[in-house]
Amino acid sequence: MNTLTPSEYLPEKNSDTTRLTRNFRAEKFDFWSFFFSGLTGLATLFILGILATILLNIIVNGWSAISWHFVSTIPKKDFFDANTTGVLPMIVGTSFRVIVMTIFVIPVGVITAIYLTEYASHTSILTRIIRAAVNNLAGVPSIVFGLFGLGFFINFIGKNMDDLLHHPNAVWGQPALIWASLTLAVMTLPVVIVATEESLKAIPPGLREASLALGATKLETILKIVLPQALPGIMTGGILAVSRAAGEVAPILFTGVAYYMASLPAHLSDQFMDLGYHIFVLSTQSPNIEQTRPILYATVLVLLMLTFALNIVAILIRARVRKKLRALG
Amino acid sequence: MAETLIAPTPVNAVPTASSLIEIENVSLYYGATKALKNISVKLEEKLVTAFIGPSGCGKSTLLRCLNRMNDLIDNVRIEGSMKIGGHDIYAADVDVIELRKRVGMVFQKSNPFPKSIYENVAYGLRLHGVKAKSDLDARIEESLRNSALWDEVKDRLHSSALGLSGGQQQRLCIARAIAIKPDIILMDEPASALDPIATARVEDLILDLKKEFTIVIVTHNMQQAARISDQTAFFYLGGLIEFGATGKIFTNPAQKRTEDYVSGRFG
Repeated sequence: MNTLTPSEYLPEKNSDTTRLTRNFRAEKFDFWSFFFSGLTGLATLFILGILATILLNIIVNGWSAISWHFVSTIPKKDFFDANTTGVLPMIVGTSFRVIVMTIFVIPVGVITAIYLTEYASHTSILTRIIRAAVNNLAGVPSIVFGLFGLGFFINFIGKNMDDLLHHPNAVWGQPALIWASLTLAVMTLPVVIVATEESLKAIPPGLREASLALGATKLETILKIVLPQALPGIMTGGILAVSRAAGEVAPILFTGVAYYMASLPAHLSDQFMDLGYHIFVLSTQSPNIEQTRPILYATVLVLLMLTFALNIVAILIRARVRKKLRALG
Repeated sequence: MAETLIAPTPVNAVPTASSLIEIENVSLYYGATKALKNISVKLEEKLVTAFIGPSGCGKSTLLRCLNRMNDLIDNVRIEGSMKIGGHDIYAADVDVIELRKRVGMVFQKSNPFPKSIYENVAYGLRLHGVKAKSDLDARIEESLRNSALWDEVKDRLHSSALGLSGGQQQRLCIARAIAIKPDIILMDEPASALDPIATARVEDLILDLKKEFTIVIVTHNMQQAARISDQTAFFYLGGLIEFGATGKIFTNPAQKRTEDYVSGRFG
């Protein structure tokens, strides 16, 4: 048996190799390439700078005014005094309205997205109208949602509920936690719909086909194959909705927020105090600005931390779901 | 060269009075485009039938008519009659779920669910009413054994199916399809994304499954059609050009176009 030595089957060493390598070397300084990479870096630094300035300013000025007493006290009506004030009702109110909103917006948003991606014909006029409506909803100013909430939820639904339930005084036909939450839910609906749609579209059509070919109905396929896969994406939509809603003031202005309440909200028909609105009150209604400034900073810091905490919780749950999906499903 | 192409078990492809699958004068339209043109063919029980032809000839489309997967596409219109076991599968009172339970399918791209190996096979069983753990365990082991996968996965039934190799995933898809005991298994280029060794294993499996199931396979690989099928149907531009015993189609086709295609002159 003949064996070949490497020198026999390898091509001869090419004397041109050195010339080739030399040609790959950049011969002159590329100014535009340098300029644009520098520009993109600067833009990024600029954004980071703005964020750092805001956060540092708030933390430095607000941290010293935060104490256990501050976050656990229900203040007296005069809440501008740094020694006696607290933000417990605002923390409870903001958390409460965000959680109630999530309970409403996720199911409605997810079901709408399922209809749009799984059931509706992609070319039909109805689908296009729904899509356009969803996009336009995302562009409506938040104060308009507030007015809508007042007109639709309180004056229409709430008033009619009172009539039907024979309440002598207004119970539902007035600003309340539930109406503020529903108004926020309407406002954040597009966020959840779009995020869910994207995650549904990302699921390979092959999985749906495999399920259907095994004799599953469309509903079984959606419930058992499609939705579990889309769960992380749906949760991303939820996180975005929470982030957007936590700091919003305009939609709750007419629909549920109170200037002052002596007790925590206990019922969905109660009004509530809110961190964002309280920040507005502190910065515009204070009789003594110098005295109020530290608590204003502290309240802003509490709002930031609350939004952050709500996000972290949602992100941790999503990470767990992802891990479970990857491991088993 | 031609000798090696003859199928292992040449059969008499003359249709009997009661063929399992009877396709009669079927035409299919995507909107205004006629994708299948007056196809008539009868497929026998417990044989492997290969659909061959160049891309876009309608062979996959016809395959997907048999379990009504084309129902999922908008604007599809089907004419003619398609019977399985004597029943018109496009009759108004047909339960598509029951049809798909009897006519399983394996796809070109292996598509295991992102679940455990066990859950992949259990999925179809649960859909069709197998609930008890002991029944599930037994049926899952049986299907994994029948798809020649059991020895490779028995120690990791509860780990993700996505961790399997491409060939193993495709055999898992076959296990999933046979678990619910269909009469017919449709295979849409089941080995086209696999390496030669994995392909050989899938082909062995198909020959094995033939004892129990009627198999219709779409393939681009002519050697594969010759190796595993008993009957071959050659499609071209939406029409059925020739249908007959695989040995005859590959060695002595009646039509010039069939000969040109199987000898590699076009397509």
